[in-house]
Amino acid sequence: MSILHTTLTGRKVFAVRYDTVIIGAGMSGLSAGVRLAYFEKNVCILERHTTVGGLNSFYRLRKRNYDVGLHAVTNYAEPGTKQGPLSKLLRQLRMKWEDFDLRPQLRSSIVFPDCSLHFTNQFSFFVEQIAAAFPQQVDGFRRLVTRIAEHDALDLERSALSARQVVSEYIRDPLLVDMIFCPLMFYGSATPRDMDFNQFVIMFKSIFQEGFGRPFDGIRLILKRLVKHFKALGGHLKLRAGVQEIRQTNGIATSVLLDDGTEIEADNILSSAGAAETMRMVDPNAPLMKAEPGDISFVESISVLDCEPASLGHSDTIVFYSDSKDFHYERPNVPVDLRSGIVCSPNNFDYSQPLEDGRIRITALANPHYWLNLPEEEYVAAKDYWNSQIIQSAIRHLPDFRPHVIDTDVFTPRTIRRFTGHVNGCVYGAPQKFVNGQTSVRNLYLCGTDQGFLGIVGAMLSGITIANRYLLK
Amino acid sequence: MTSDQIRQVILEILERIAPDEDLTDLDDVRPFREQMELDSMDFLDIVMELRKMYRIQIPEEDYPNLNTMAGTVDYLIPRLKDVAVGA
Repeated sequence: MSILHTTLTGRKVFAVRYDTVIIGAGMSGLSAGVRLAYFEKNVCILERHTTVGGLNSFYRLRKRNYDVGLHAVTNYAEPGTKQGPLSKLLRQLRMKWEDFDLRPQLRSSIVFPDCSLHFTNQFSFFVEQIAAAFPQQVDGFRRLVTRIAEHDALDLERSALSARQVVSEYIRDPLLVDMIFCPLMFYGSATPRDMDFNQFVIMFKSIFQEGFGRPFDGIRLILKRLVKHFKALGGHLKLRAGVQEIRQTNGIATSVLLDDGTEIEADNILSSAGAAETMRMVDPNAPLMKAEPGDISFVESISVLDCEPASLGHSDTIVFYSDSKDFHYERPNVPVDLRSGIVCSPNNFDYSQPLEDGRIRITALANPHYWLNLPEEEYVAAKDYWNSQIIQSAIRHLPDFRPHVIDTDVFTPRTIRRFTGHVNGCVYGAPQKFVNGQTSVRNLYLCGTDQGFLGIVGAMLSGITIANRYLLK
Repeated sequence: MTSDQIRQVILEILERIAPDEDLTDLDDVRPFREQMELDSMDFLDIVMELRKMYRIQIPEEDYPNLNTMAGTVDYLIPRLKDVAVGA
């Protein structure tokens, strides 16, 4: 919307003005945008990158499609389910089950020394696995499940609590504790070693109790449907539109200044860029609100195979592995932590037809400072070296697929920073979350990873929740 | 709008908000929440859909009137009496 303004010097200029400007076209920003546009708010989403998606994006390389973030969509539910986050999300967005086209996982595993646990989208199967492997612990585990069921994870006004402390009240065997934490931390913890109990509950429900799914066409399907829906409702989306500055007067945001010098005025600003990143846009020198960026990041090795992984004997959807009984989830001092990792095969979901090619993705914790500071001329060689190291480490837990590799790509914290703008290329945002979405600037709100709902469904609910609470009045 | 027309509008709103619910046997005097999975987010959407369609503002203290179909229709009759169907 253009409004004619007269400047102090009498010059007439057109300024663009919106009810809400959203920074970032990832899952949370797009979902917030859909809600606002549906209820006839004048809304514009600004994305610095050349494509949408943020942390969960996609790219094309040597005629093949790749996903950046997505291993699996958590919070799986069968189409038509009336309860749960996925159903809630679809209702709120006025979208259909077919829009997400989620196909369920086959089976996933947690592999530690001398002990493996398997899980599917039927939670009772996981409980049976624990009863068989840890008969002394299963009663405690059941009581923990009751505690989780009673916890309202969507309460925006609650205080932090150590998840390890809570879980250890119910489960005495440290191996089982670490095996439960391993997938939950890998798929959502912004903090090393421990998680906030609220985050633990969100992740536990979304991974163990609801489970994994994936659209046949990957994340791009969901993103394209969201964008189409948003635009059809009258929303504006600008790519290559990075926000350099959020302008404010007396604690009230008035406009955003883009990298190219364009100024866009807004009554409200909703940022999914991260808490620290957003406050730096308000004032790069003296942030009004203390927010530390996170530094948990990953390197991922992606191998394209000439066959389905199942034909080599690997039919697990996702394998979470750790070499030691103590699972170390923290920023490593070496470029890549080879002691643990995640193996994901996007082929191993219950599709009606096979994917175009076989894929093995292996993800391991990485030191973002190493990867971000590596000189360009050493970067490619480092990627090659660590790719082979990661595969070498992972093939202890799956068949040696190396003779079948026909193409390879690797992404690093550097790639993640390019897609997300997160300072350290961190994946799950800042250790401290801002659950109520408020900042020290009255009409500037946060959504996405630093608001604190996790996973793809969580990110979308984050955008929806903050939009509902503050921006639809 | 007549009460029948208002009832039809509410049914259409419920179908949009909760497409997986079967509303054919909806009992007008029993609370919506006893008959379908409707959380507070969905409930607010009924109010918002009405605002979007007919520009009516429903203050929060009036929300209890909207717990049942019969209550909602009664509440809306005076507020929509000058509104034509499909407006």
